[in-house]
Amino acid sequence: MAEIQQQADSGGKGGKKRAKKMSTKIDMTPMVDLAFLLLTFFMLTTTFAKPNVMQITMPVPPEPNDPEPLALKASEAFTVLLGEQNKVYYYEGLVDATSKPELKVTDFSSNGIRKTLLERRGRVPNTTVLIKPADNSNYKNMVDILDEMNITQQKKYALVDISKDDTDLIKSSGL
Amino acid sequence: MPKVKPHRTSPSLDMTPMVDLAFLLVTFFMLTATPSEDVAVVVDTPSSTSEKQLPEKNVVQLTIDKDKRVFFSMSGQPIKIKTLDQIAGKYNLTFTPAQKQRFAALPDFGVPVQQLPAYLSLSTEDRKAYKQPGIPYDSLNNQMIEWVMAARSVSVGQFQQAPYIAIKGDGQADVPTVKDVIESLQEKKLNRFYLITDLEMQPVASK
Repeated sequence: MAEIQQQADSGGKGGKKRAKKMSTKIDMTPMVDLAFLLLTFFMLTTTFAKPNVMQITMPVPPEPNDPEPLALKASEAFTVLLGEQNKVYYYEGLVDATSKPELKVTDFSSNGIRKTLLERRGRVPNTTVLIKPADNSNYKNMVDILDEMNITQQKKYALVDISKDDTDLIKSSGL
Repeated sequence: MPKVKPHRTSPSLDMTPMVDLAFLLVTFFMLTATPSEDVAVVVDTPSSTSEKQLPEKNVVQLTIDKDKRVFFSMSGQPIKIKTLDQIAGKYNLTFTPAQKQRFAALPDFGVPVQQLPAYLSLSTEDRKAYKQPGIPYDSLNNQMIEWVMAARSVSVGQFQQAPYIAIKGDGQADVPTVKDVIESLQEKKLNRFYLITDLEMQPVASK
C-alpha cells in the first residue's frame, strides 16, 4: 500500500545485527493503477446494448390458383404517402382515375400523423392503413411510419408500392 | 490545559476492499466484453419504440448503406465456411483454406462473389482501404438472395431452424433499394424479417 515506510529502528551503534524484519505489506499502488486502467478500458469498450429490432411480416403473395382476395373497401382505406423532406401526405379512401380524394400534408410529430390516425380510427374503427413510400423518401421515414403503427396500435396496415395516381396526386396538390 | 496534540494518523489507508472491487469489475467486464467488430460500413439506424431484441445466434444480416450498397453478414464461423463452400460451388469458384479462414473472421463484406477471392487475398490494410461495391441484388444477378438462401439452407441443416433475417438500413438509405431487397426476400417466400433500429422512448399516446 501507499505507505510511508517507518524507518526501522536499527538499534544504534554496533551490537548484534538483528534480522531485518520485512513489512508484510506490499505497495499495491502500481497494481491498483493497472486495475483501474483495465477497468476503464473494458467499461468504455463494452457495448451492452444489443440492437433493437422491429419485426415486420409481409403478406404471403397469393398462389396462382388461390381465390381472389376481397378488394379493400374505399370507406375503410386510409392511405399514407411518404414524400421527400420527411413530408407525410394522407388521404381517405382510394385513388383512381375517376375519384380524386382530398390530399392533406402533415409530419411525424406527435400532433401530426399520430393524431390523424387516432382520430380516423375513432371514426372508422376497422381502418386499413396503406403505406406507400415514394421513391424520394428515405428509409427512416418508412421505419417511422411503421413505428407509428405500433404506437397507435393499428393492427391492419400494409406496405404497398406507390402508384402513378398517387404521385400525380402529390404533384397536382402542390403541397 | 495542555495543548491537544493532533492525533497523528498514518496517511495511508487500507485499499484492499477497493482493489477487490476493482478487480471484480475488471473480471466482469473482461468476460462480458464482446470485441467490437470492425465492420466494413457504419450505418446510422433509425430509431423506433420497439423493445424487441435481436437474437444473438443464427442471424443473417443485410446492411444497406446510403450509397445503395448491400452488405452481407452472418453469425457463426463454421456455418459461414459452409455457406461459402455452397456459394463457391454454385459460381464455380475455388477458395484456398487460408481464404476461407479469413472469410470466417470477417464480420461482413460487400463485394460480388467473383471478386471475393481477390478481396480475401488482400492484406488487412489493403482490405480496409478497398471501397467495396456492395453485393449485386438486381434481378438479373441477384447474388444477395443466393447468399441468404445458402446461409438459410446451411443453418437449417445445422440447427434445424431457419435463421432470423435482419435488415440494417441507414436512415438515409433510399426506399427503392430497401424495397428491392424486401422484394427479393419475398420472392423466396421469406416474409418475416426484422428491421434493426435504435431504441427511442415510448411516447405517451395522446387520445
